[in-house]
Amino acid sequence: MPLHITANRPDPELLDLPWGLPLEEWPDEFLAALPRGISRHVVRFVRVAGRVLAVKEIKHSIAVSEHNMLRNLERLDLPCVEAYGVVSGRTAADGTELDACLLTEHLEFSLPYRALFSQHLRHDTAARLIDALAVLLVRLHLAGFWWGDVSLSNTLFRRDAGAFAAYLVDAETGELHASLTPGQREHDLDIAGVNIAGELMDLEAGGALPEGTDPVAISGRIVERYAELWDELTGETSLTMGERWRIDERIRRLNELGFDVDEFTMTTDVDGTTIQIQPKIVDAGHHSRRLLRLTGLDVEENQARRLLNDLDSYRAATDRMQDNEEQVAHDWVARIYEPVMARIPAQLRHKLEAAEIFHEILEHRWYMSERFGHDIPIMDAVDDYLYWVLPNKPDEQSVVGVDTVEMPVVAWDD
Amino acid sequence: MATVKFDNATRIYPGNDVPSVDKLNIDIEDGEFLVLVGPSGCGKSTSLRMLAGLEEVNGGKIWIGDRDVTNLSPKDRDVAMVFQNYALYPHMSVADNMGFALKIAGTDKAEIRKRVEEAAKILDLEQYLERKPKALSGGQRQRVAMGRAIVRSPQVFLMDEPLSNLDAKLRVQTRTQIASLQRRLGVTTVYVTHDQVEAMTMGDRVAVLKDGLLQQCDTPRRMYDHPNNVFVAGFIGSPAMNLLNVPVTEGGARFGSGLLPISREDLSRAGNEITVGVRPEDVDITSEGDGLPLTVEVVEELGADAYVYGTPASDKAKDPTAPVEKPFVVRTDGRRPPMKGETIYVKPKEGHLHVFNMETGERIGD
Repeated sequence: MPLHITANRPDPELLDLPWGLPLEEWPDEFLAALPRGISRHVVRFVRVAGRVLAVKEIKHSIAVSEHNMLRNLERLDLPCVEAYGVVSGRTAADGTELDACLLTEHLEFSLPYRALFSQHLRHDTAARLIDALAVLLVRLHLAGFWWGDVSLSNTLFRRDAGAFAAYLVDAETGELHASLTPGQREHDLDIAGVNIAGELMDLEAGGALPEGTDPVAISGRIVERYAELWDELTGETSLTMGERWRIDERIRRLNELGFDVDEFTMTTDVDGTTIQIQPKIVDAGHHSRRLLRLTGLDVEENQARRLLNDLDSYRAATDRMQDNEEQVAHDWVARIYEPVMARIPAQLRHKLEAAEIFHEILEHRWYMSERFGHDIPIMDAVDDYLYWVLPNKPDEQSVVGVDTVEMPVVAWDD
Repeated sequence: MATVKFDNATRIYPGNDVPSVDKLNIDIEDGEFLVLVGPSGCGKSTSLRMLAGLEEVNGGKIWIGDRDVTNLSPKDRDVAMVFQNYALYPHMSVADNMGFALKIAGTDKAEIRKRVEEAAKILDLEQYLERKPKALSGGQRQRVAMGRAIVRSPQVFLMDEPLSNLDAKLRVQTRTQIASLQRRLGVTTVYVTHDQVEAMTMGDRVAVLKDGLLQQCDTPRRMYDHPNNVFVAGFIGSPAMNLLNVPVTEGGARFGSGLLPISREDLSRAGNEITVGVRPEDVDITSEGDGLPLTVEVVEELGADAYVYGTPASDKAKDPTAPVEKPFVVRTDGRRPPMKGETIYVKPKEGHLHVFNMETGERIGD
């Protein structure tokens, strides 16, 4: 059988690779030096026409089905490596047939967990990795994808502008269903628990796991985090008019769980409005950097997160998800942030830092909405807050760098 | 260890009218190796997953031992899916590779060691326990992976095409290992495959499914000698059974120039035509003019035997351009096979004829 390459846009340079040799024997000159994970199959990285491809030697039928599965996942906009193509019909010089190869694009700047853990990893970074994997798994499950082999080895991690993202790299055992049964989800979690503990125990045996890290506890965390996130994301998702504050409530709960909102969409039809929230994991300082970039406001992390949540819900509520983010941010500053701040009398401005005042107003509005059971216009909340709350605050201008703290319930009965 | 019972178990996927598994009834004995086999989409994997708790059961029940597990979660069923993942961890010893899942479950060290040693004995891995997987051969690594499931000592092993991503040589080797291992362990096992050879060589009993319906559940021998319908007749056996539709006449069925004697009682259960089936090894080459004439198309020499692939000559005479139906296959003495292009006459050996109702496909007679 002649060599056969199936790819969307095959590069002629592919033909220069030594397809007649078993992948294990490929000479170094063809290989890109990149960290590799544990795999049942032989996997190598090669450089082709300026890009890096991962090559996995595998039976032809499995290569084709995994290729198609990755394509399907891409279409569903799920975080996974991009399928590049399948090479089949390989024959060695002595005439023996060789297995096919599945080619995927190497995910730039991504690292396998072994590389991450063998560097000195801060404790919270390890936790973030697991959270990122929980986010990935929840997203895949929501889309009806049963992984069948959830593991750190089958995941790549990328640190991207402060966000931690996990990508699926191996879909060999996966199946796409219309939706998953609780049994299928549990089974995936069960597999995840065993695999992750095994992988970490292996690092431990190899002396690469930092002292005091407990493989079983970490693998238990993924199951826990998954369950929290799943419950939060699949809870009540319909809203009626005047219940926008409920979105806030959802976001607050997600934040409390340590997840952030990557994207959310609102769909309105005859049955009311449905919201869908896409969570993500971010690095320390991510929110203040993002707010600074979008609005020029330079504030503390938790304040920034609160402000950004308002900006994001403004964006969703004004149906401008397709618009340029900077443009929406500019409008939010002009129509919401600045008018609110302008309303604050000069004599009260020294009470708190501007961003903290804004944050407190948002909190105040949320408590009012919860109390009254409907949305409260921002300016009503401002007036209520300026009348009842702010005048009673001590002066804090001299205390620099206060970060947001939990506020007690302060909205009044009417 | 336990029995397994599918009791009218039914699975209908949302949005489908037709069940993917339709009122499945199978009683699996304690320690039995049952193979579910059938073409893709027949419902075999779905049935296994219903047992594992990965698919909802929309009707009927599933029992493991005397427990109704229909609504239990997978981990409460005490079943183990084997070969879900057989990546071995390079820095861990063979013993740790086999026992780490027990450690996660909080089993104490001495107990883990005991179970690992027992499993290693059965798997012939005792002398490798302290080595790293790197030092093992491909087959030994496979056995370590099996050991992982064995140490959990579940009530039932479930295997869904566990050999599908192995190369041909390792597949045959592992097939034998799984079958003999299962016999030594005596753990009830349900095994899914699309490969009827795998099914026939491994199973104590084989359940053939098609379109979500159980066609037959029997020992490999019984399945081969006594297929319940045309589908099973054609599916089990390689090369497949020859199946021909022939006219019914007084006292039997017409087979070329000859007459196949069929009892009047059996004939009364058929229409004007019946389907007759005969396995390649149950065909005699007779003298000219006696039986069904075949034009020899291909002769496959296998040494001791030869397979002759022929087309019924009458079909060709009627319409030379007609598409050739499935060839009629005859196993014959490898030393004196007929020549390509020759016309030979064949008829079934006595007592080896299978008769089916042409409309319903059901077996007639014994």
